[in-house]
Amino acid sequence: MSRHRVKAVSYDDEDYDYGYDSPDPEEQEFLQQCTTEVLTQLRAGDPPVTATRDEVQEALWHYYNDVEKSVNYLRGKKAKEVKKKPSAPAPAKPSAVPVYPAPFSPPSPPTAHFSAADFFRDAPWLNVPAHRKAEMLVEPLYPRLGLLGGAPESGGKVSKLAALAAARKKKEGDKASSPAPAAVPETEKPQASSGDQKATPLSLRERLASSAKPQKSLDSLQSPRSLAKGSCLGSPLPPKTPPEPKKQSAPEVADQAKVEKEVPVASQQEDEPSITIRASPSTFASTIVGDSTRPKMAESNHLYANTLDLIRIYGQDLAEPFDFAGPSPDDVVLNAQSSAKGFKSKQATSKSAGNKKAQGDLASGMNNLSVEEKVNVRSKNLDVLSEYSKSQRKKAMNFAVIGHVDAGKSTLMGRLLADLKAVDQRTLDKYRSEAHQMGKESFALAWVLDQGSEERARGVTIDIATNKFETATTVFTIVDSPGHRDFVPNMIAGASQADFAVLVIDSGTGNFESGLKGQTKEHALLARSMGIQRIIVAVNKMDSVEWDQERFQEIEQQVSSFLTTAGFQAKNIAFVPCSGIAGDNVTRRSTDPNVSWYQGRTLVEELEATEPYSHAVDKPLRMTIGDVFRGSVQNPLSISGRLDAGSLQVGDQILTMPSGEKATIRSLEVDGEPNDWAVAGQNVTLNLVNIDPIHLRSGDVICRASAPIANVTSFTCKVLAFDHLLPSMVDIHRGRLHVPGRISRLVATLDKGSGASIKKKPKIVGPGTVARIVVEMDQAVPLEAPTRIVLRAGGDTVAAGLLE
Amino acid sequence: MRLVKNKIELNGSGTVTLCPEEPEDMWHAYNLIRPNDLLRASAIRRVTTTQETGSTSSARVHLTLEVRVKNLDFDPQSSQLHVSGTIVNETAHTKVGQHHTLDLELNRNFTLEKEVGSDGEGVGWDSMAVEMLKDAVDEGGKRRAEAVAVVMQEGLAHICFIGQFQTILKQKVEMSVPRKRHGGGDHDKGMSKFYQVTLDTLLRQLEFNTSATSLTNIEAVRPVLLASPGFVAAGFQKYIQSVASTSMPALKRLLPSFVVVHSASGYLHSLSEVLQSPAVKATLADTKYARETKLMDDFLEQLRKETNRATYGPREVESAVDQGAVGRGGGVLIISNRLFRSQDVAERKRWVSLVDRVRDVEGGDVRVLSSDHESGRRLDGLGGVAALLTFPIVDDDIDNDDDQ
Repeated sequence: MSRHRVKAVSYDDEDYDYGYDSPDPEEQEFLQQCTTEVLTQLRAGDPPVTATRDEVQEALWHYYNDVEKSVNYLRGKKAKEVKKKPSAPAPAKPSAVPVYPAPFSPPSPPTAHFSAADFFRDAPWLNVPAHRKAEMLVEPLYPRLGLLGGAPESGGKVSKLAALAAARKKKEGDKASSPAPAAVPETEKPQASSGDQKATPLSLRERLASSAKPQKSLDSLQSPRSLAKGSCLGSPLPPKTPPEPKKQSAPEVADQAKVEKEVPVASQQEDEPSITIRASPSTFASTIVGDSTRPKMAESNHLYANTLDLIRIYGQDLAEPFDFAGPSPDDVVLNAQSSAKGFKSKQATSKSAGNKKAQGDLASGMNNLSVEEKVNVRSKNLDVLSEYSKSQRKKAMNFAVIGHVDAGKSTLMGRLLADLKAVDQRTLDKYRSEAHQMGKESFALAWVLDQGSEERARGVTIDIATNKFETATTVFTIVDSPGHRDFVPNMIAGASQADFAVLVIDSGTGNFESGLKGQTKEHALLARSMGIQRIIVAVNKMDSVEWDQERFQEIEQQVSSFLTTAGFQAKNIAFVPCSGIAGDNVTRRSTDPNVSWYQGRTLVEELEATEPYSHAVDKPLRMTIGDVFRGSVQNPLSISGRLDAGSLQVGDQILTMPSGEKATIRSLEVDGEPNDWAVAGQNVTLNLVNIDPIHLRSGDVICRASAPIANVTSFTCKVLAFDHLLPSMVDIHRGRLHVPGRISRLVATLDKGSGASIKKKPKIVGPGTVARIVVEMDQAVPLEAPTRIVLRAGGDTVAAGLLE
Repeated sequence: MRLVKNKIELNGSGTVTLCPEEPEDMWHAYNLIRPNDLLRASAIRRVTTTQETGSTSSARVHLTLEVRVKNLDFDPQSSQLHVSGTIVNETAHTKVGQHHTLDLELNRNFTLEKEVGSDGEGVGWDSMAVEMLKDAVDEGGKRRAEAVAVVMQEGLAHICFIGQFQTILKQKVEMSVPRKRHGGGDHDKGMSKFYQVTLDTLLRQLEFNTSATSLTNIEAVRPVLLASPGFVAAGFQKYIQSVASTSMPALKRLLPSFVVVHSASGYLHSLSEVLQSPAVKATLADTKYARETKLMDDFLEQLRKETNRATYGPREVESAVDQGAVGRGGGVLIISNRLFRSQDVAERKRWVSLVDRVRDVEGGDVRVLSSDHESGRRLDGLGGVAALLTFPIVDDDIDNDDDQ
């Protein structure tokens, strides 16, 4: 039977999914022609060289059917073989036995379909000189190995160890026994079969099915079950390979492997002391079982040699044959790797380093190395939204504390935290004594929030500070904003994180009036234009005006009229007279007889009366980075901020804009507590990996690659002008984002109510007018409609509005 | 710039030989030289000769070439001007019609010829060109005032040199400074790192000799303006003082020239506010820059207060001039010199004639603002031209035109 037909059959049997190796009859014919030609040329050459068809076809495949190159290659190879191993017995029938065990026949890709033959095709033990197999024959008698039959899955792993143990024995045995010439005729098998067994990666079952057919040669190696049946016990095993000179690299790699496995091997040996007791098999036995019983050669790689033997042992000895029902874990990985690479030669990454592919793999391994260590974070694949709905959390709210500079915002909040025991007394005492030393005793409470050294030295809040406290029903996060005019950008960042606002007003004579012209007004307008609807007005420092009811009413009247014009609804405005420094009406009702006129809520009660807000948890992820910092040694890169929309969980990959870089969330904290997920509205700290800190700046936006936010250099927006607007330079604020830009065009002024265009292309837009304008920026910035933006120029807020 | 020879004819054609002496003169040259002018300057040209055998040899030769200008390329950072065009004079090494790019060099004369042409297709030495030439030559000789400004905010600093005609952004320092956090000293650390980087950059840009023993006391003392919102600039000054007293004594020489001023943000457009501050006005009051900034502010103020007595935009201003509103008694035409740099001859003629008309016919005032200053940039945002009017005009008809 022509080996070719067998091959064709095998093609039909296997489910190939690779296009390039389809058994096109024309190609086959061409291949045949080429093979014949190469063989003739080899024989004709000087010195005449012989090679199997297999080899030739292998070579041809590698050289894309280039006859000349193939001839050269084969000749060179043979020459080397002859030179290296003068003692090697020449193949008795050169064309009958594959001289060089080509690891792969060209059209046999790794198949998803498991087959034992395929499975071990390139394994080194198949390339082992037959004589190696002899001594191992006795080993199946060990009960230990027999156990393996019951657990096919673990077979792969244990076999490795056992193989190594056996390898040791073998080595000893090799030393003892002198190399004997091969005693078994290699010609027992028909030529076709030997080629066949290698070139046809039939599945095990198919093999078994066909094992009864006379025309199919039985391969004890690859069909252990057939061996067990005894169907071919009498027939000696075909020597798959004559002694084969290894490439130089092979022993090296082997040694390496050996070193790595030294320890398990040693222990294995101790477990099996009886091995050496066994006598070598008799001549009869070897005749029965096969030529492999006799060592032909001393030289070879014992390590791999014995691995093969073990496999054979399983096959021959197991009462219940090991049918390799499933691939070993190693091979699952390897198959996946090789199929991913789409190139079967990569399969050789397996422990079999004995063939020539090893070198190539080392090289490719080097290529795959990268200096940067990628950290893999496993995602728990939680359904965050359902987790969120399941979770029994207290309602959580953020509020911004706003107001004119020196209105007592930080002190009031410090008082709130101190009275609610969110700050312990010891810390407070420490601040008191430190403040006393600096001669700023009245600032002690503010130091709870003003942590910066400069803030304390100057007695001014510079940047926003967040702090958390709990009441019976709610978890509140304070966002304490600076009141100073220069730090309005920071206040904008704070207000953008808030659900509602506490406007602190200094009731002191003259201070209230100056505040109303200054940041009291600006902050309130900003808060409103950033979407804050509820505002609690804390009329602070009432103790300094002796809790004068008239003063309170005057302030209440002025402020509420202003807030109503700013767009707050009257029902969303609340007034509380209080004193931050003394603590009256903050958490406790004032005991001062002068305050008896006030029977309303205290500040905390007023805070608790606020309805919680819903957040867009099911929208695409958006989060503006508030801060980039080094969290700790474990988390060298952390970002914090509030989730504007969407949800995320540990292990998620996120995209930062405008840099467009990806990062992975290693862990995250919600309100300072580690958690697996977070949803919109929560204040989170994300610990990131796989990104360079240079790509992260505060003001950048975090999103998902599936729904990225666009970077824009120009946008149209509808704004309410606070000042005269004309084409000019402005600062654009959106939360922490602060970029320079310019108003390039005034499109139209609009009617406040209907939004209809009143005047197109106005020369100038007056204060209090709604207008549509075009803003351009030099750098691309992540912005998308409908975002609320604030435009400032020269230290003043000139407009605020909505992106269109 | 030194005027070596002036041969401008009455009809506007003629040649001028100039010698640039300082980097800013290149900017003047850039404004003076227009496409289609003839420029004669020394040049180095690589000449390749081919022998009969086919072998080639190339040599660099010094030549004086005259080119008809096609393109100008000005690099404000390094103050280099490259003028490309076709050669019009025959030399031993070049042929007429070959292209060459002249690199104007400091202290090397160049000759600029502008032609009117027989039927007036060229612009010649028009009034604007002559004015620019006067500016460039600086007959008054009082334009030494220069300043360095560091406009900064947390994590961001712009170092720029303010000259008479140009503001050059020399370098931008950008760093991520961690925000204040609970129990973290990262912020202070980040700030001092930021100060350090900014100081290093500033000294490098100033080409300041940091060795204590240097005898270069003659180096010109320029005011260094540190501007920021909040306390960043003050903190920076403090940092410089501490560095001067500890590790870098040479810095003490520089200390008196630091001036801390307020600005609304760390971006470059806050520079106008910097120049408004009293501390700066004292030192830079008489500079062109300060005058220009003030003019722009006046204009914007006027626009806010009496919207109809100020206007901006090319068509609006032209219409106002037609109505005679930019005339005697307070009419001021503010125009950016970018408009005169236009490649299009007709465009330039349009603006030059507008300027001539306002100045000579209407009797109004004309101010040409440098587009390389902050004020000029603000003007460019308004279309490059604006006007303060003598009487209010209602521009409804213009709107109607636009609507059509």
